[in-house]
Amino acid sequence: MIRTTELKKHYRVHRRPPGLAAAIKSVFHRKYEVVPAVDGVSFAIERGERVGFLGPNGAGKTTTLKVLSGLLHPTSGGVEVDGFEPRRRQADFLKRITLVMGQKQQLIWDLPPSETFALNRAVFDVPDAVFRETMDELDRLLDLGPISSKPARQLSLGERMKCELAAALLHRPTTLFLDEPTIGLDVSMQVAIREFIRAYNERFSATVLLTSHYMEDVAALCPRVIVIDKGTLIYDGDVPSLVKRLHPDKRVSFTRTGPIAVDQLERLGAVVSHDGMRVVLQVPGDRVHDAVVHMLGALPITDLSIEDPPLETVMRELFRASHQSRKSS
Amino acid sequence: MTVAARTLASIRATPTLLRVGLAEAIAYRAEFVVWMLTSTMPLVMLGLWTSVAAEGEGAFAQFTADDFIAYYLVTLMVRNLTGNWVLWQINDEIRRGLLSMRLLRPVHPFVTYAASHFASVPLRCVVVLPFALILALSAARAQLTGDPALIALFAAAVLGSWILTFLTLVTLGCLCFFIEKSMALFEVYMGVFAIFSGYLIPLPLLPGWVRDAADWTPFRYMLAFPVETLLGWYDRGDVLGLLGRQWLFVGVMLAIALGLWRAGVRRFEAYGA
Repeated sequence: MIRTTELKKHYRVHRRPPGLAAAIKSVFHRKYEVVPAVDGVSFAIERGERVGFLGPNGAGKTTTLKVLSGLLHPTSGGVEVDGFEPRRRQADFLKRITLVMGQKQQLIWDLPPSETFALNRAVFDVPDAVFRETMDELDRLLDLGPISSKPARQLSLGERMKCELAAALLHRPTTLFLDEPTIGLDVSMQVAIREFIRAYNERFSATVLLTSHYMEDVAALCPRVIVIDKGTLIYDGDVPSLVKRLHPDKRVSFTRTGPIAVDQLERLGAVVSHDGMRVVLQVPGDRVHDAVVHMLGALPITDLSIEDPPLETVMRELFRASHQSRKSS
Repeated sequence: MTVAARTLASIRATPTLLRVGLAEAIAYRAEFVVWMLTSTMPLVMLGLWTSVAAEGEGAFAQFTADDFIAYYLVTLMVRNLTGNWVLWQINDEIRRGLLSMRLLRPVHPFVTYAASHFASVPLRCVVVLPFALILALSAARAQLTGDPALIALFAAAVLGSWILTFLTLVTLGCLCFFIEKSMALFEVYMGVFAIFSGYLIPLPLLPGWVRDAADWTPFRYMLAFPVETLLGWYDRGDVLGLLGRQWLFVGVMLAIALGLWRAGVRRFEAYGA
C-alpha cells in the first residue's frame, strides 16, 4: 500500500541571468529561489493496483517517485510505502521496492547484463533457487536468452530496457515505481514491455505506479490514473470517468460506400476528419444513440465504430482547464 | 533487518562483488594500464637520485644507488597496488545522478565501492610484476629485508595502506556533495601526499620538521611505512607500533568518510537525486 498525505517537496534553486557579468557576480552573490516541485499531494494506492501517474514535463512526477522510493526527503507531509517510511531506506524496504528510470541505467556498461543480474542477486541476498526460478521466468517473459551475454553497450535501446527491467525485478519487489520505462522504444517493444508489466503485476500482485508520456501505455495498463500539474493533484480516478467528465463526446467513425453531403454529416456531429471514404465524427454523448440509428438507416455506410476520444486529447483538455483555473485564481 | 544481519548480508555479497569488480577491471584493461602508467613518477625520481648518488662518490646522505633503486621500485609497486580512482567514480555518479541506483541497493555503498576497487588488485599485481622481477634480478635486492616476520608485516601494512588510501579518496569524493565537483582537490591532495608520503623523496632526506610532521599525517602510512618496512629500516617492534598507528588513521579516516557521506547523502536527498 502506498499513501501520501499533503506531500510537499520544494527545491532551493540557484538562478542567474545569462552572460559573463552575471556569472562573475554569481561567484560572490548567489540568488536562490524556492521551487515547489510537489505541493501538497495526497493519494492512496492499494496493493496490486496499476496506476498511471500523469502530468506534463515538470509536473512533479519523477520527484514524487523519488520521494516514494526514498531517494528524496520530503519537505513536509507524510509518505508510507508498504508500512515503511521511505526516507529511512531500510534494507527490508529496499528489498520490497524497485525504481526503474527510463533515462538512467543500472546495467554495468561494459559487461554483459548477466553480470549485473549476478551482482543484484548478491546485494539483494536472493537465494540461489529463487534467483534461478526468477531468471527463468523473466527470461520467458522478456526473451533475455540471446541478449544477456552481450556487453550492455552493444544492446539496442529496447534490449537494454528489457535487461534493466529484469535487473530491477529479480529480487521480486512488490512495489514497482516505473518512470518512463518505454521512452524511446519502438511500438512493438512498447507493447512487449507493457505486456510484461501486466504479467508481473498479475503474477506477484505487485503494485505498479507508472509514469509515461505514451498514453497508449497508460490506457492499456492502468485502470486508474493520478494526474498532477505544477506539483498539485488535479485528478485521481478511473480513466472512463475522466474521459466522461472532460469529454462527454464520442468518436463515431465509419466507411462511406456512396456519396454523402457534408451538411448531412454536420447535422449529426462535428466532422473530425473526412479522409477519402473514412469519416470520423464527434457526437455529443446524449445524441450518440439517435445519430447512429440515423446513420445506419439512412446513409450509405459500413464498418461503423464508436470510441472515446484518445487519452491524449482528454489530457490536453485537463491540463488546459488546470492552467485556466490557476490563471483565474 | 538488524545491523548484524545487514553486515552478514554484505559479507555474503562480497565474493560476487569482487568477481564482478575483477570482470570490470579486465573489461577496462587498456584504460587501466594507462591509469597505472600515470604513477611512474618514482621511475623519474629513481633516475634523478641515482645520478645524484653517482656524482656524490656512490652515495648521497648515506643513500647508495642501490638504496635508491630499491626504494623507488618498492615505492612504485606499493603505490600501484594501493591506488584506486574511487574519487572520480563518486564525482561522476553524483553529477550524473547515477548514485540513485547505488542508494537503492540494500548494501552500504562503501562496501560496493571498496569491493569493486579491491577486485582490481590481482590485475595491479600483474602490472607491477615486471618491476618486482627487475628488483629481484638486480643487486638492489640486497637492500630488502629477509626477515619473514617483517615480510608478513609488510603485507599487513600494504593492506592498511590500501584501505587508508581508499578512505581518503572516498572522503575527497564526498566533498562533491557540497562543492559540486571535487576532482580539483585531488591536485592539492597529490601535492601534499607527494611530500609527506615519501612518494617523491625518501622521508629521511627531508628536513627534520617535515619528517616529524609526516609522522602525524595519514600520508606516511599510505606509502612510506610499507616501503620502509620491506626495506628493513625498522625492527619488528617498531613496525608493530607503526602498524597500530596506521590502523588508528584507518579508524579516524573511516569516521570522517562516513560522517561526510551521511551529510552528503542528506544534501543529495534534499536538493535532488
